[in-house]
Amino acid sequence: MYVENEKISKYTDARVKLLYQMMLIRRFEEKAAELYSKEKIRGFLHLYVGEEAVAVGVINSLSTDDNILCTYREHGHALVRGISPGAIMAEMYGKKEGCSMGRGGSMHLFDKKIKFFGGNAIVAGHLPVAVGMALAAKKQKKNEITCCFFGEGAAAEGEFHEAMNLAALWQVPVLFVCENNLYAMGTAIRYTHSVVELEKKAPGYGISAATVDGMDVMAVEKAAKEAIEKVRTTVKPFFLVCNTYRFRAHSMFDAELYREKSEVEEWKKRDPIPKLQQSLFNENIVEQRDIDEMNKKVEEEIQRAVDFAEAGTWEPVEEITKFVYSENNA
Amino acid sequence: MDGNNTIKTTYREAIKQAIREAMKKDERVFLMGEDVGRYGGAFAVSKGLLKEFGEDRIMDVPLSESGFVGAGIGASLNGMRPIVEVMTVNFSLLAMDQIVNNAATLLHMSGGQLNVPIVIRISCGIGRQLAAQHSHSWEPLFAHIPGLKVLSAGTHEDARGMLLTALQDPDPVIIFEYTFLLNKEGELAADAGAVNITNAKVRREGKDISIITYGAGVYKALDAAVELAGAGIDAEVVDVRVLRPLDNDTIFNSVRKTHRVLLVEEAWGAVNVSSEISARITENVFYELDAPIQRLGGVEVPIPYPKHLEEAAVPQQNDIVNKVKKMLQHD
Repeated sequence: MYVENEKISKYTDARVKLLYQMMLIRRFEEKAAELYSKEKIRGFLHLYVGEEAVAVGVINSLSTDDNILCTYREHGHALVRGISPGAIMAEMYGKKEGCSMGRGGSMHLFDKKIKFFGGNAIVAGHLPVAVGMALAAKKQKKNEITCCFFGEGAAAEGEFHEAMNLAALWQVPVLFVCENNLYAMGTAIRYTHSVVELEKKAPGYGISAATVDGMDVMAVEKAAKEAIEKVRTTVKPFFLVCNTYRFRAHSMFDAELYREKSEVEEWKKRDPIPKLQQSLFNENIVEQRDIDEMNKKVEEEIQRAVDFAEAGTWEPVEEITKFVYSENNA
Repeated sequence: MDGNNTIKTTYREAIKQAIREAMKKDERVFLMGEDVGRYGGAFAVSKGLLKEFGEDRIMDVPLSESGFVGAGIGASLNGMRPIVEVMTVNFSLLAMDQIVNNAATLLHMSGGQLNVPIVIRISCGIGRQLAAQHSHSWEPLFAHIPGLKVLSAGTHEDARGMLLTALQDPDPVIIFEYTFLLNKEGELAADAGAVNITNAKVRREGKDISIITYGAGVYKALDAAVELAGAGIDAEVVDVRVLRPLDNDTIFNSVRKTHRVLLVEEAWGAVNVSSEISARITENVFYELDAPIQRLGGVEVPIPYPKHLEEAAVPQQNDIVNKVKKMLQHD
């Protein structure tokens, strides 16, 4: 994790770390878009720009023992959890040095060592898996929780409802984090949910819920800490809805015909990065010089990631059937 | 078999004893499925196990096939060895997302990091007049999918032994069981246990023709072979057992020996396991054949309810006998 990151270790205020992580994600995503235009990255590329406060606020509140499952818009989560920017970038290049050996790409980032379980691109398909991981933890009396991120689109899937019911029936330690960015691809929530206040879905399953402003990293962190504490101490599921917004298109194929530019501009006024920066200025924790320095470090870190990906290698075609069965993994 | 060293048992009991043995041997093993506990299993396979092992290890689940199969996958990723029972193969389609997009795919998507040691037992096939939403043989749907191991327990020996070996496997294993066979009595070695889940098996040696089959076809083919012996035809019966990955060698060796092949299965005739085996024989041992390969598959119709039509929907002993006689021009 970036907790001990030497670049920001001189700052004693923990918020600076959160700011740095959000800045890193933002710039990483912008760089990914640029590399997509240069055809270095292909396939689907879903950017997290605008939503950074959610991953940063929640994942920093988890312990290293906890399991994390994410959606296909997970570069930010992977960075915060501690997959190196280079391994993520190499994965998006499809290189062997990527965190999934290049087999997964942007949507399938994995790192078992740090308990990062994807990178799942079937909407809501990972929710039952998260419940099962939490069930296994309970059976083995492990003191870990499982944190599962998904969008509001997933909450319309049957697997969401099955997973909520199972989690509550079995009383397993899982934290459901709904990143409500208001659009399931290009369809607004009012066209996909009969009840748009998503937290209202939880009580029907006997699950406690909370809603938080997902554009405010400090609010997310506070809500996440409380939710995690509840899951850990009660060994019960919890449903946390983070209301957020994606500033960029759904993927690189998206012409954004479904929303007004003015709506995007309105939400950009709530950008979590300048918001936290301003608080830190106001309290004299950092000054512009510090921000400039952090930006420079972000740039360096991302350049190193790109260099790492560029220098990466292609897996030989002869190895194509690897990773289908464990016996031919080696 | 020597009467002193064998026991008589039903196919149902063989499965149950396999589950019991697995549960006793390994604390990580648990069974979950619809009605496996208090009800005793839809087909009474797990009757009594709830009392013996308790509700943490014999878990009744809600009617949420995708949910509980997905939970089984998650549990297997986090240190457990779940046996997930899907009541009937038709219901497995509700869990197909989890089976195909997660169980079969995670190892690959993660570049070899996440293996999924789950065992999914699915009962299938005709025999109880359960009509078009409870009776199919969809082994080929699963056998199509890289990342899965697909087993078919066509005998008492495999009903007793496949589960134990499957639970040792690091990857997802699907075991097909046959409702038609549940009450069937058979002889089993008193010390029967784990069996190999890699190879096909010659269930009866013969020199005139290879009847290659699996699942509910195995006993029918063996009975047909006895009848054919009366007509002077010495048929070999090969039980494919492992539908993915297929064991080419055992199949090809039988072809090299008999030079004639009849493929029999209950799954619909087009694009089934027999199609694949036929292609492999043609590609690899074509010049060993003395006659064209023939197939008997399920009639291409959803399974009808009336008994006579249900029976007519899949190959029966008579069909096998008649087909073999025709192939050998004994009619």
